Amino acid sequence: MTVHKSEQQSIPFWRDERILQFLSQGIALILVFAVVIILYNNMSNSLEELGVPLSLNFLKSTSSFDIGESLIEYSRSSTYLRAYLVGVVNTIQVAILGITFATILGVIVGVARLSKNLLVSKIAVVYIEILRNIPLLVLLIIWYTGVFLKFPGVKDALTYGPIVFSNRGISLPWGIPTSTFTTFRWILIFGLMVAGVVAYVLTQHGKRTGRMPLVSFWSLITFLGFLLIGWFLLPEVPLVFDFPSLPETGFNIEGGRTFSSEFMALLSGLVIYTSAFIGEVVRSGIQSVSKGQVEAARALGLKGFQTLQFIVFPQAMRVIIPPITSQYLSLTKNSSLAIAIGYPDMVHVYGTIINQSGRAVEMTAIMMATYMTFSLLISAIMNWYNKRIKLVER
Amino acid sequence: MAIMTNTENEILPPPSERSTVIGWLVNNFFSPWYNALLSLIVARLLFVLLKGGLTWAFTDARWAVVPNNMRLYLVGQYPSAVEGQIDYIWRLGLCVYLLSAVIGFTWGVYAKRKEPVGFVLLGIPVVLAFIPLLYAVFSTLENAPKTNEAFATALQILGIDLIALTAFWLGKWRGARLQRYALMLWILYFPVMLLIINGVGEEFEVLDAPLAVIPTRFWGGLLLSLLLAVSGIVFSFPIGVTLALGRQSRLPIIRSLSIIYIEFIRGVPLISLLFMGQVMLNLFIPGDVTLDRVIRAMVPITLFSAAYLAENVRGGLQSISQGQYEAAHAVGLNGFQTMTFIILPQALRAVIPVMVGQFISLFKDTTLVSIVGMVDLMGIAKGVLANPAYVGTQREVYLFISVFYFIFSYALSYTSHRLEIVLGVGER
Repeated sequence: MTVHKSEQQSIPFWRDERILQFLSQGIALILVFAVVIILYNNMSNSLEELGVPLSLNFLKSTSSFDIGESLIEYSRSSTYLRAYLVGVVNTIQVAILGITFATILGVIVGVARLSKNLLVSKIAVVYIEILRNIPLLVLLIIWYTGVFLKFPGVKDALTYGPIVFSNRGISLPWGIPTSTFTTFRWILIFGLMVAGVVAYVLTQHGKRTGRMPLVSFWSLITFLGFLLIGWFLLPEVPLVFDFPSLPETGFNIEGGRTFSSEFMALLSGLVIYTSAFIGEVVRSGIQSVSKGQVEAARALGLKGFQTLQFIVFPQAMRVIIPPITSQYLSLTKNSSLAIAIGYPDMVHVYGTIINQSGRAVEMTAIMMATYMTFSLLISAIMNWYNKRIKLVER
Repeated sequence: MAIMTNTENEILPPPSERSTVIGWLVNNFFSPWYNALLSLIVARLLFVLLKGGLTWAFTDARWAVVPNNMRLYLVGQYPSAVEGQIDYIWRLGLCVYLLSAVIGFTWGVYAKRKEPVGFVLLGIPVVLAFIPLLYAVFSTLENAPKTNEAFATALQILGIDLIALTAFWLGKWRGARLQRYALMLWILYFPVMLLIINGVGEEFEVLDAPLAVIPTRFWGGLLLSLLLAVSGIVFSFPIGVTLALGRQSRLPIIRSLSIIYIEFIRGVPLISLLFMGQVMLNLFIPGDVTLDRVIRAMVPITLFSAAYLAENVRGGLQSISQGQYEAAHAVGLNGFQTMTFIILPQALRAVIPVMVGQFISLFKDTTLVSIVGMVDLMGIAKGVLANPAYVGTQREVYLFISVFYFIFSYALSYTSHRLEIVLGVGER
């Protein structure tokens, strides 16, 4: 639509679309700001009446509460900020492990759903339908109280090989670092860098000559070489394996590394729940690849697994990545349900801090900002990956 | 087209689609060697799991905790007959009857041919009616209901079908002329239901009248879960549609405001919003007004649901072709008219199936209110387990709850899927 210039000037301002648009946006903005300011004023007034004006200084005061498990150093005399960081790190731990295992299990479920084996595919259907139709919170609590807490006590814990199951958690053999571990870690980091260089050089070489060598294989070999050299050349073995055992006296499993029931219930609950959704995503992705592609691959002589690896998965990825991103996001957000089973994640620590300090507003803002950061971070990484596989494909 | 055949001998039989039982087994379970191995391993695992589960369910499990507290699970502390008071549950029964009437009426107005899903819906009360009867006959518990009581309950449940059928024939009788009324009934139903559940006038503890107010602290169980989910969807609807339109708008400020809201809500977990509602909502209100606990949960759920609904509606808006806008402009409609009369009706029709899915997930998400101390179905389960008489029955209670949620969600998604086909929803 082109409007003639002389006509445009004759339109009165209350019917000029540009002015109207400008005005309506201005009004909308003012309204939103007004609401925000009124709410903020109300809030700060009520807070002042309560005698706790907004400030972040409380973060520096002593927390004086214990946290069950923590990956970073923490004690009762640490600050609230430190306590919150413990929660953040715990959330990150659950989220990363959860995303990894949920993807693996989800791909298995999705492939099983399409299996020619009737038994396997029907079980996958039942698995998916059950998990998609019950609330995660119910699943987590049933999983925690009905399975993990019903394991026998430490005295007569179940032992399967080197793994010990008790109502305290699951104990696994774990490496104990010795004096040379720091050196060993530097060797590993150096090995990783060299492996990266090898991968880059080989890729360049492949591009130049048109024959791609086994890039991941050779860089893996390089890394493993460094690992073995470090392991055997150092004067002392860097890690000593420690196996869990039942205690003669006392109430704790000795040795190894014990993952608490809360952690294991949360992690496995999240993984099982999300794997059903990822399974559906993977199935629809695989089904989106047209049958002709598979037939063509067979005609060229590719075997079953090769067809999946080189033909089906790369094309299915394009369909899978966007919905799987939203599954990763929901897994991260769903890890907040840890509070229901007592694993000290971000929300759990947040609740304790609120009870102790009474700083609900500040803590809520901080917690929401942290979750927003996680969400944006995951979206950014997955969008980057999405772009990358699109580039590779075309 | 003539097929040229010279001799009978050259005609080969077509490859058989059918096979013997053994052939079917081999094809589907044992065909390459690794499938056979897989089948055996899976069958073994399944056997072990089922055996363990069934053994527990029929020997160790103490199921009494489920039927003994059935009323709690369904309506929570909604006041019952104590010391000559009225049993207020009739009001909830009335809501169910009204709902069945509205559903039956709509069905009669819209349905053009017989649909099996209708019989499934009618079958649900019939099945439910058997439960109290069976329970009365076979239960060995001391406080099981007497047979005549159970019979009365069964009749009341069957009344749902009776009312639905009556409304169905009423709708059928007048047919398409009543379509507008069907829509109005649905719009009216929600406030009427809230009014009946909440009541009017004095509180029931003060005045023992049939329609006395029952404060929200007495609402619980499935009643509260459903109320939170339904009101979440209903109230978030206008907000969500506005946000979706805002996100599609050409005006940069309005678009970015909508995007900020939607992405913010979608970026944080529901539980953080619920906490915000519990600890911060009262601070936003001036003066000493204290918001009701249910409202403090309803507001975050509505805000949460609105952002997701906006994204769903946006999907519907994007599915409308540009030609529709152009045609609307060509016949002289302005922007507002184009939206209300042309675009939104089509877009909303297209997203009804997605919105049913959103309702189901919202219904599941309402379990989170139990974390902030409310007594929805999940919260009641916690309360029941706190009773010393039922110590150690977590598995029984939570299994019952999850079966409940499963049946409800699955039935809803199945019915809505069938209804889409019957009513032609989402087709254009």
